[in-house]
Amino acid sequence: MLSVLRHQPGFAHGVHPPEAKEDTRDLRIKQFPFAPVMIVPLLQHTGRPALPVVREAQEVMRGQLLAEPDGDMSVAMHAPATGVIQRIALAPGVSGRMAPAIFLQPFPGSSQEVAEGIPCELHSATPEEILQAIQNAGIVGLGGAAFPTHVKLRVPADRTIDTLIVNGVECEPYLTTDHRVMVEQQGDIFTGIRYLLKATGAGRAMIAVEGNKREVANSLAAALPADLPASVHVVPVKYPQGAEKMLIRALLDREVPSGGLPSDVDVVTVNVATCAEIGRLLPHGRGIQERVITIGGPGIRKKGNYRIPIGTPLRFALEYASMDERVSRVFLGGPMMGQALSSLDIPITKGTSGFIAFTETRTAARHEFPCIHCAYCVDACPLFLNPSQLGQLAKAGQYERMADEYHLLDCFECGSCSYVCPAHIPLVQRFRAAKAQIRKRRAAS
Amino acid sequence: MNRRGPTLEIHTSPHISSGASVDVIMRNVVYALLPVAAFAVYSFGLAAALTLGVALLSCLATEHLLCRLAAAPSTVSDWSVAITGLLYGLTLPPALPLWMVACGGFIGVAMGKCLFGGLGYNAFNPALVGRAFLQAAFPVALTNWTQPLAPDRFVAVPASTFTPPFATPVYDGASGATPLALFKFEGQLTETGDLLLGLTGGSSGETCALLILVGGIYLAARNMLNWRIPAAILGSVALFGWVAHALSPQHYPPAEFMLFSGGLMLGAVFMATDMVASPITHAGCVIYGALIGALVTVIRFWGGMPEGVMYAILLANAVSPHIDGVLQPRVFGTGRA
Ligand code: SF4
Ligand code: SF4
Repeated sequence: MLSVLRHQPGFAHGVHPPEAKEDTRDLRIKQFPFAPVMIVPLLQHTGRPALPVVREAQEVMRGQLLAEPDGDMSVAMHAPATGVIQRIALAPGVSGRMAPAIFLQPFPGSSQEVAEGIPCELHSATPEEILQAIQNAGIVGLGGAAFPTHVKLRVPADRTIDTLIVNGVECEPYLTTDHRVMVEQQGDIFTGIRYLLKATGAGRAMIAVEGNKREVANSLAAALPADLPASVHVVPVKYPQGAEKMLIRALLDREVPSGGLPSDVDVVTVNVATCAEIGRLLPHGRGIQERVITIGGPGIRKKGNYRIPIGTPLRFALEYASMDERVSRVFLGGPMMGQALSSLDIPITKGTSGFIAFTETRTAARHEFPCIHCAYCVDACPLFLNPSQLGQLAKAGQYERMADEYHLLDCFECGSCSYVCPAHIPLVQRFRAAKAQIRKRRAAS
Repeated sequence: MNRRGPTLEIHTSPHISSGASVDVIMRNVVYALLPVAAFAVYSFGLAAALTLGVALLSCLATEHLLCRLAAAPSTVSDWSVAITGLLYGLTLPPALPLWMVACGGFIGVAMGKCLFGGLGYNAFNPALVGRAFLQAAFPVALTNWTQPLAPDRFVAVPASTFTPPFATPVYDGASGATPLALFKFEGQLTETGDLLLGLTGGSSGETCALLILVGGIYLAARNMLNWRIPAAILGSVALFGWVAHALSPQHYPPAEFMLFSGGLMLGAVFMATDMVASPITHAGCVIYGALIGALVTVIRFWGGMPEGVMYAILLANAVSPHIDGVLQPRVFGTGRA
């Protein structure tokens, strides 16, 4: 008999940034209004852009297929609103580069009912049919990675999966979307787990929740259906507890090999919001056309958790959430790993877990000192890398040594080392640049 | 919000930081040294105050001037050279001629720090480099000790203090001997209580083991000092001392005397823990500490000098990068150790 609520020790190392979740964690998810024009990029995930199946001036219904996957490393796109396709043209993306997108103008008076598709029946569908349905629903990792979920779930032929981990840790400061989903969409999560267990063949599911959301863990544990082979686990509050490798280590005491995948230790992990979307969409054959995001930080007046249509221009979202005009720094995602923005003229995409705005500047306060060998970074790195040494090698341009002797390519840019460094060395930034160099050289040779 | 929007700063992640800063760490080390310095002045009076003042000033001035000469911004404000100056002063005999103090300060910072490229690049603890230079150049002056708590210590200064450069210092009054010298050359033990409270002769800042420990505990509690280093040093000295004393009590002093005498406490807590010149992993720090402890014991027992902390630390500083080279952390997912 599975006990449903268990406390686990965490992983070694890591850091304790301020959680900063008080402002939004108790705010119910609110539906966000439709922008006058939506911009749906064809590439919102890791992989190949989707292929449009609509043409300019065509009228579409909310939830209708706009673009279909181009091969396996690709997912479908759906209309975020009932309206008319204005054009298919280039639009700025997060990186600042222009990429093709579908511009859609919602009809103001429309009922905005969502189109239904062919349901994926849990009881009759085969694992492959479930993966197909997930791809057709356009689902990607909603924790921020935006990796196509069906690819992640596909079990390599030579492996079996024994455990599905549903990741509700949400260790990034400020973000409270997973928190709200776990409070408000418990039924969807449980349905999602059923699909996922069937798709992967895993015998059990573990739902992981951080110790700062204990009430959520309790209520999930109390609501678990009796026939669902699932348990709820409380892990210590520590960053980056939500990283796949750290979570698997904490829950199962297994170490994903360097350069390997969770399936190498018979595990699949899925973000809890992704799991909830699967449970919400698949029974109705619908596609993902909105997601939950946290808009917060000191630079936002109407902080909150919003169910926002994918393709909503950021500028519109911020006007609605009433951004402070003194805002100095903005980024997508949490403050540890989020991406800084140079422009607000980009749309919300499937991978956007939050939008955080700060008002204070930091340039002046960050004088860079030489590395003093304090070992703070070594004690922080969850992968037991040596960021101090890596930083020195990066400065010296010794990229190959970084990769070959110091496992640079394992670094997942969690930011813990830069966060603690008293010398204010931009370690992560250097590692990113070094990785890009290495990839370039390896591609060339 | 105007149409073009606010001006945005772009930084890469992470967008927040712990607030730790090199100058804050260094400043706290200075704070931890202040009680030790205050006790030095209490115990040795004006002579110690002058020694510490000149040591501090010579180090600060050297760093400032060399930065200026290199047309670089002065790094005095990062507080690291203040630590060097204070530590250096605390390792000197209180009655050392001031011109020698200034020379050693200059050499320590110039050769031990600036030559290597400044903070973060110094292979050795600069304070000890200065001290080692003096020891080699002026061995007699460096082993001349004054009595602690002399009644006239706040009104008079030993004649040697103001010896003009290159003249042989003249020593007046009662000269004291350090507990280690007393034991080595006269076979006489000092009370452990006196050693703890600092009621003995010695370098100005090495005598009061208790205040040094308090400073160390403060820094360790704030994660500004790796406690494993002093723990390993003191542990290994205690172990070797205990074994030797058990085998031959008439030749070797008891472990508690080994621990609390001489410069061991000051060295273990404040010198060996120089972050730049010590290993980066915890395992490396333990090995490094044990090495220092072993060297200290060997020099004290079998060397020509009564004290060996300084050379032990300098030697271990030299080995430190090699310890780092061999003992990298075990990377996650590469097989369990
Ligand atoms: S960013 Fe990379 S090197 Fe730095 S702590 Fe995270 S995993 Fe380690
Ligand atoms: S935290 Fe910064 S200063 Fe400290 S060892 Fe790491 S890189 Fe060097």
